[in-house]
Amino acid sequence: MSPPSKALAEFVAEATEILEALGKDLLVLDERRGHEADPDRVNGIFRAAHSLKGLAGLFGQERISRLAHGTEDLLDRLRLGKLHLNDAVLDTLIEALDAFQALLAETARGTETDGLTRRADGMAERLGRLGEVSVALDEDPLERLELDAQVRSVFTEYEEHRLRENVRKGVSMWRVRAAFDLSDFDMGLADLNTRLKPLGEVISTLPSAQPGGAHGIAFDLIFGTQVSMPELESGLKGTPAELARLAVRPATTRSAEALARATESPAIVLGTLGVASAPEASTGTSPPTKRGVRAAVEGGTHQPLLPLASERSDTEQGETGASAHGVPGLDSESDEEHAPSAKGPSLVTYLQGPGGRAPALAATPPGASQAGAGAASSSSASAEPSLRSLTQTVRVDIGKLDGLINMVGELLLIKASLQRLAESARQDGVVPLSKLFGQELARETRGLERKLEALQEGLLEARMVPVGQVFDKLARLVRRITREAGKEIDFVIGGGEVELDKLIVEELSDPLMHLIRNAIDHGVESPDTRLAAGKPRRAVVSLRAEQKGNHVVIQVSDDGAGIDELRVREVALTRGLITHAQAEEMGRRELLNLIFLPGFSTARSVSELSGRGVGLDVVKNNLGNLSGIIDVWSERGKGTAFHLTLPVTLAIIRALVVGVSARTYAVPLNSVLEILSVQPREIRTMERREVLDVRGQTLPFVRLARLFGLPERPVSRYFVVVVGLAQERLGIAVDELHGQQDIVTKPLGGRLQSVRGISGATDLGNRRPVLVLDVAALLEEGLALERRRA
Amino acid sequence: MRVKVLIVEDSKASREYIASTVEAVEGIEAVVTSSGFEALKLLPRHRFELIITDINMPDINGLELINFVKKNPNYRDVPLFIITTEGREQDRDRGMALGAAEYLVKPFQPGSLEGLLRRYLKLP
Repeated sequence: MSPPSKALAEFVAEATEILEALGKDLLVLDERRGHEADPDRVNGIFRAAHSLKGLAGLFGQERISRLAHGTEDLLDRLRLGKLHLNDAVLDTLIEALDAFQALLAETARGTETDGLTRRADGMAERLGRLGEVSVALDEDPLERLELDAQVRSVFTEYEEHRLRENVRKGVSMWRVRAAFDLSDFDMGLADLNTRLKPLGEVISTLPSAQPGGAHGIAFDLIFGTQVSMPELESGLKGTPAELARLAVRPATTRSAEALARATESPAIVLGTLGVASAPEASTGTSPPTKRGVRAAVEGGTHQPLLPLASERSDTEQGETGASAHGVPGLDSESDEEHAPSAKGPSLVTYLQGPGGRAPALAATPPGASQAGAGAASSSSASAEPSLRSLTQTVRVDIGKLDGLINMVGELLLIKASLQRLAESARQDGVVPLSKLFGQELARETRGLERKLEALQEGLLEARMVPVGQVFDKLARLVRRITREAGKEIDFVIGGGEVELDKLIVEELSDPLMHLIRNAIDHGVESPDTRLAAGKPRRAVVSLRAEQKGNHVVIQVSDDGAGIDELRVREVALTRGLITHAQAEEMGRRELLNLIFLPGFSTARSVSELSGRGVGLDVVKNNLGNLSGIIDVWSERGKGTAFHLTLPVTLAIIRALVVGVSARTYAVPLNSVLEILSVQPREIRTMERREVLDVRGQTLPFVRLARLFGLPERPVSRYFVVVVGLAQERLGIAVDELHGQQDIVTKPLGGRLQSVRGISGATDLGNRRPVLVLDVAALLEEGLALERRRA
Repeated sequence: MRVKVLIVEDSKASREYIASTVEAVEGIEAVVTSSGFEALKLLPRHRFELIITDINMPDINGLELINFVKKNPNYRDVPLFIITTEGREQDRDRGMALGAAEYLVKPFQPGSLEGLLRRYLKLP
């Protein structure tokens, strides 16, 4: 069965989504190595592998299905406690993720290579063999939990395992019952989950089988927590939750002696517990009446199993509080008898409707439940703070978006034409009617403009994705390279929430990977070298994004050996990239920037210069294509930092329209800092470069006409458009300013593509193409030009 | 008039696959949802003749949905199919014990689901 290509694209899209989520969770586990893994996270990963297996099976993707099967099997053992999560297991899982991605890439391309098939199958087999078996318990702790058999029968194997683990650890178990209005119970439950989550583990959410009236529905949440009753109550304030503690019988086999002691003098045991092992007591599950003995005994017997932080002192209070609510089992009949009337709202109140005390949450939009397409919640509550945020996330096909953006471009053309029409009608109109017509037209144009702006804004926002998407992928890579290189590195990520155009984010991964790989391979010293230099053994490589106006600055830095600019100079001289005379004139910053020159780096220079410069010209070019620039800072012995400055979007930009020698150009406004009016005598020459003095600073200066080889006309004054990206500044002399306009830049084809200083062409509404200046290239060109002339 | 079948499955592609298989049978309208919660909301609003559910879902699991349906006098007679995968025998058995009518193991052929649908919905 070979599914049609549309279905295959759907498969690839969903599989990609699953793998992304899986990668994120693995990363968290990786960062928290040595700590006990969050069961919800392990289960999340299991679910991802499980979904992937089912998905691949349905679409006839045998290779992915086989590997997913092996992965799921391993994860299943993990989450059910049959296997211990150690470094080897985690490493293998991360390797499996890489294999999945490679397989998916082949699927998307419609290819299938034997090498990858063998690798994936080998890995699947390895996953099956992996792992040590956890020690089996001599008694099933679950048997001690007093729980209705009916309730137990709806637990999945995993839920049963989590329940077992909680009981084994002596965590107290609660039944949290809440009734909601049928129309918005998911909101109420999401709120409840958000509050419960920090306090413990929600093991299961059971819809009450009792018919909840016409509009109501009740849920029982099985919840395990170490916090006391008052804490739990205060955490749930304002929700319709009712608490009932589930009784746990003491472990019988190993506690005969303790039980005997406890029965003889329960008061003493309780007292001892209160002082010596308070946390244990908090885990007791029964009120301190007759059951108090049990609680005490259980705490005592489980002590060796429970390495808890002994920070709590309100245990006794918790026990007392619990006594009012301690109801064994989940039998709803008996629950209602015991239901507290003073503390929580009664179930009946809520069955009648949400009332005033229900959390004030917006109702689900009526369309949301239809087909469930918008309400897909594919990850567990732990990954996302609420269900709401899940439903607000939309993945949009970039092709569709591009189509829309193109349409906006066309609409902008119409707007500009209309504007011209209105203008001429108003000016030429000699009769009142045509003047009125002009005014009308102008008003319509304004309306159209407003609508267009809104549409444009919405579309641009839809294209925005958090740069963290790339960061997460890189973090996994860092782990692997670090291991291979034998370095010890802390990888720090910041500003992942900063948003950039999807296209830019996608294109960023390669340059960033390059820079990070360089930092790890060559920037960071070995642990011993670092110690010898008086630095901490572990190096820090960081990746941070920050929004600055309508640009985003991404910094890749390390605290390694830094770049030796004198060696850079030497290499550049040896390779004939600069002359001795030029080298003499260059400052430290200019020398460092030589590493971006094509031909600077070769295999040999890798060892000579700690590898800095490997393909950096490529990195620079990639960024140039995104209208971004790269800058380097380095200090010997202290480290290196690369700053990447990028526009937030490339789709539609506002431009300054300028005229030079009767030709028109557009300058992207986001890089225009200011405009100066300059008389020719103010231009002076410094070190054979034309410069301007602006508020005491020297500004490099180019005449656009001269740069493009156009006939220069004598003018009494120049308009100087000051452009800047990152720290670079340049004054560009033009003859005329024509105002601002939104433009959609179209790429130039064929031979024109390689013209420096031009990023594309646009149409200003008069059906005549206008070239758009490439500010990043001009900044370089301006400097290079001067250098060449020198 | 077409009879309505509710499909509860959190994986989008699987959901679409099952839905297209179901809708290929003349006389059936598929109502799909990605979560157990949504299923609980949909139940009182439609008259479903059959429910197909996954077991592993993020909000409430499929077993809980089966239990809810089978305990509720309004829905208890609606036949329920479980969609499961290899290796989840315990969950599958529990689902059957709770009253599910049939189970299908992913990946299944469209024909097998089609046959079951015709049988339970008494379609020609």
